[in-house]
Amino acid sequence: MGYHLNFNLIWRHFDKLWGGLVLSLELALVSIAIGIAIGLTLAVIHVSGGRIVRALIGAYVEFIRNVPLILLVYLVFYGLPTAVDISYDATTSFVATLSLYAGAYLVEVFRSGLDAVPRGLIDAGKAIGLTPWQRLVHVRLPTMLRITLPALSNTFISLFKDTSVASVIAVPELTYGAQWINFNTFRIAEVYLVVTSMYLATGYAILLALRALERRFVIGR
Amino acid sequence: MSVLDPSSGTPLLRIRGLEKAYGQVTVLRGVDLDVAKGEVVTVIGPSGGGKTTLLRCVNFLETYDKGSIRIDGEEVGYQDGPRRAMRSERDLARMRAETGMVFQMFNLFPHLTAAENVMLGLVKVRRKPKAEARAIAEHWLRRVGLAEKLDRLPSELSGGQQQRVGIARAVAMDPKILLLDEITSALDPELVGEVLDVVLQLASEGMTMLVVTHEIGFARDVSNRVVFMADGLIAAAGPPRELFGGAIEVERLRAFLSRFGARV
Repeated sequence: MGYHLNFNLIWRHFDKLWGGLVLSLELALVSIAIGIAIGLTLAVIHVSGGRIVRALIGAYVEFIRNVPLILLVYLVFYGLPTAVDISYDATTSFVATLSLYAGAYLVEVFRSGLDAVPRGLIDAGKAIGLTPWQRLVHVRLPTMLRITLPALSNTFISLFKDTSVASVIAVPELTYGAQWINFNTFRIAEVYLVVTSMYLATGYAILLALRALERRFVIGR
Repeated sequence: MSVLDPSSGTPLLRIRGLEKAYGQVTVLRGVDLDVAKGEVVTVIGPSGGGKTTLLRCVNFLETYDKGSIRIDGEEVGYQDGPRRAMRSERDLARMRAETGMVFQMFNLFPHLTAAENVMLGLVKVRRKPKAEARAIAEHWLRRVGLAEKLDRLPSELSGGQQQRVGIARAVAMDPKILLLDEITSALDPELVGEVLDVVLQLASEGMTMLVVTHEIGFARDVSNRVVFMADGLIAAAGPPRELFGGAIEVERLRAFLSRFGARV
């Protein structure tokens, strides 16, 4: 067991890791933004729509939730362009996949959040003469967002970690950067030690920031 | 000014043969009740007697099965005509804006400040400009003694303060009738007074009110008429002096009142 840790080669290529981390964060941010848009829209349609619409949304949610993310990534990047005439780069493909993935989880989060809005608040909205749409926009959604903020934080942190899957289609995010350094230096233990710390530190920093945000907003409940 | 005889002219609120059941459980078994403009009518009675359901039917937070509720001659919830069809949501919203309601659990919008709670209906339903709505909100919050709390969130207010915001939110809409649903039941005893004072003040200014309460003393002080409900029916009704003075001989009423220490 004469292995000596040597981080010199890692530091020499650290720009790969730093750039990867930035890209990972960008992927997570863009995907959660699109995912929230998808989730909100479908949740609202779900609570006000008919049976067929509900079934379609349910099918989307169950499909995404029951297929491994890595497979979804392959399907969208390799499968879709061979089936239909469409082309996109790996990063675009991954953002689309991760957004659809986040959207499916967030539909459920927002839907149960809407259900959890106290009846009394809806009654109060009715009593002052708000229409159903006004009650949704001014009473149910703002209340729901406060209820779902903790779940939203968890989803975001999961997404940040899930960006590592993008390495399988050569999107140069953090995990891909680690693999690149592996192939070129064979300093496997060192690279993964550094990358693990980077995921850990970033994820924890995000967690602390979001908890602070929750305290600010959930205070109203 | 005090309209003790509801038969004079058309009452503002006219309820006839109101029936309502939740599945197998019948809650209202044919309630008749009139409230004239400017009148304060208090509904008392044992829990489960249908008081709150009656109140919630008046602004159609509950549907009803049979009978009729009219406010200013307009049928609540259902379209006029032989076929019993529900009004459109827009129509329901318009009619609900004509009645104010204050809830047992306050039900303030948690994400809005006291002033914003009052302003929401003014801006979105009454279509008032923000500045005017703010001025009206400030006026009413000052009236209920909360001039210092305009920009506080509900979570930063005591129960009594929250309920006063609830009252301000309802009266700011300038409703034809104010419905009060056990508005002091969720309050600590020492906070009840500040809320009831506001209601007494409104009553003295001629606000029409239908009040469900467990505060017998308050019912005596504020009401033109008191209605005793039990088992989904109005078992006794009359001016508070008659009802509480023993002039009306109803066994259930006597049993109910005795729990509050005989003479109130």
